[in-house]
Amino acid sequence: MKRLLLVWGAALLLALTFLHPGVRAFCGFYVAKADARLFNRASQVVLVRNDDKTVLTMANDFKGDPKEFAVVIPVPTFLERDQIHVTEKKLIDHLDAFTAPRLVEYFDEDPCNPRVLYEEVFPAAAPADMARRPRANALGVTIEAEYTVGEYDIVILSAKESSGLTTWLTENGYKLPPGASRVLGSYIKQNLRFFVAKVNLEEQSRLGFTYLRPLQIAYESPKFMLPIRLGTVNADGPQDLLLYALTRKGRVETTNYRTVKLPTGMDLPVFVKSEFGDFYKAMFEEQVRRENMKSVFLEYAWDMGWCDPCAAEPLSPEELRELGVFWLQGNAQDVFVTRLHVRYDGEHFPEDLVFQETSDRENFQGRYVLRHPYKGEARCEAGARYRSELRVRQHQEAQTLASLTGWDVAKIRSKMNLEGDDPAPESWWQRLWKKN
Amino acid sequence: MDPRYYQIATLASLLTWGLFGLRFDIRWDVAFVMTASAFATQYVASRAVGLRFDPKSALISILSLCLLLRTNHLSLAAAAAVLTIGSKFLLRVDGKHVFNPTNFGIAVTMAATGAVWVSPGQWGTGAFFAFLMACLGGLVIHRAARSDVTYAFIAFYAMVLFGRALWLGDPLGIPLHQMQNGAFLLFSFFMISDPKTTPESRAGRILFALAVALGAGLVQFVLFRPSGLIWSLALVSLTTPLWNRLFPGRRYDWNRQGAPPPLAERSFA
Repeated sequence: MKRLLLVWGAALLLALTFLHPGVRAFCGFYVAKADARLFNRASQVVLVRNDDKTVLTMANDFKGDPKEFAVVIPVPTFLERDQIHVTEKKLIDHLDAFTAPRLVEYFDEDPCNPRVLYEEVFPAAAPADMARRPRANALGVTIEAEYTVGEYDIVILSAKESSGLTTWLTENGYKLPPGASRVLGSYIKQNLRFFVAKVNLEEQSRLGFTYLRPLQIAYESPKFMLPIRLGTVNADGPQDLLLYALTRKGRVETTNYRTVKLPTGMDLPVFVKSEFGDFYKAMFEEQVRRENMKSVFLEYAWDMGWCDPCAAEPLSPEELRELGVFWLQGNAQDVFVTRLHVRYDGEHFPEDLVFQETSDRENFQGRYVLRHPYKGEARCEAGARYRSELRVRQHQEAQTLASLTGWDVAKIRSKMNLEGDDPAPESWWQRLWKKN
Repeated sequence: MDPRYYQIATLASLLTWGLFGLRFDIRWDVAFVMTASAFATQYVASRAVGLRFDPKSALISILSLCLLLRTNHLSLAAAAAVLTIGSKFLLRVDGKHVFNPTNFGIAVTMAATGAVWVSPGQWGTGAFFAFLMACLGGLVIHRAARSDVTYAFIAFYAMVLFGRALWLGDPLGIPLHQMQNGAFLLFSFFMISDPKTTPESRAGRILFALAVALGAGLVQFVLFRPSGLIWSLALVSLTTPLWNRLFPGRRYDWNRQGAPPPLAERSFA
């Protein structure tokens, strides 16, 4: 029996994008990123939207037998054959890499030979077969169309009531979790259709793909939302969703949940360099906890034309068009990208996500900073001052890390080889009469 | 005591909570420009019609604008503030202003420029009940003469949300979640309740509240557009003179609740 995957799958990621750690960027040397691979059970969705035209790309991480794979996705309109497309996973991987939270590093200069450095500016703001039909009709289910697109067999269904749809899906080999029927009923009354896809094994072996490629649908509807309720019906524990919105005007946010910016721009202890992934996961979890798991997090909002520092090169016009950016003309990158990250379950996110596009074009990125201490001798007055300030700074970094992640500050200090308690910063009078 | 003092105090504490507790994205320069433009408009317009400058009403508008309106353009922040205050003086029928000033300022700049937005999700559901108590407190303390419009609106809007959920077979957690929203409370207690722009009779006000609730439901669930409350109130406000003709009542005065209107009309506040 085919298993119904009501959850949009997570990222089966092969990062095909490469980093450029040697490039000096205005916002520090880029060292690492925290992309979708960090999170288990993370779905990735790309939502391209302008006016009421939407292109939705859904990546799944289904790792089982392809004949077990099936998805049911509520869609706002009927879909013609040409409105369905299959694309390459590497496009989403590139977008994921481009928008991922990033780690950058700076190296302290010799305090005895100071050079004039530019001020750090942050954030950088600039510019089926026929026999099924009669049975379906008897159940109040209409098979509106059936297509084979790429390696997928797709059926577009509409239904009069949920029990008929549930029966049809069950009879056709889809296993529905208990409780799904009620949600389907709500969607039927909201006039949604159902996009049901499974893998056509013959086509798959003919095409030669060993993994399932992302499905894309294009439609025109005022509904700017993402149905998440089916996925929460029978989920064991919370899931992560990474939504990449590509729009024309500006940042996208949810209207029925709080959208908050993740903490960014902090100085962290340098050991985080080797465990940036763990840091980012812990920090995300801590922020979710602080928001009582009721908020959507903004991880990136930027003009698609540039980045600083770049975790990956911006997407090319060809890649953007393939993802559905239909308004691109020539090489003009008239695209604003928003990366939203939400951890959700049915209890904390009872409603589907509803979005709005704002005209906010201010740049935002999740960016974390490492400052490597100067390792030389620095035998001068400024050197002594540097060493005492460094100690204060490192204690602050330990505190910041502890507060962001909920990690134990004592353990952080021992990892940093920092001894003792937080030193009080030197007061002005201590500096005034201090003998060297 | 003038109930506007309580309103100012409540709005100011909401703004403080929004800024420091919820980390609202309010740009200081935008807030400054809105404040300066609103006070300047109030001053100039008061002088022009020969009234004493009274900052209370302008301050309520400024606080509401800071809580609701978001933009990255200082010129639009100024335009919204000028339109907000200016509408009180210029858009008048039968000697009363037609629109709730803040509602008008936001609706016009949103519709005309597309570079202004309201973030209804910014409040979350966290401190909803504290918020509700603060708002209700104001009504109780002042036995505000026109709180009926607020109660009626909350009841009708709840009927729209719960009715929709029952029809769809949705769990009631969904309409509850939709109502536990700071923007909805702000709207119910500080915008639709504006005694200067609501109909003068109780029957008129209740029908007015019904129309706003249905309009907001229409924008949200039929047209699928954001900011349904704002659009609905702006449009329904145009019908206030009609309700006043159909159900005549006594005009409201901030300083003399329940008393007959004074000879020198002070409805510019």
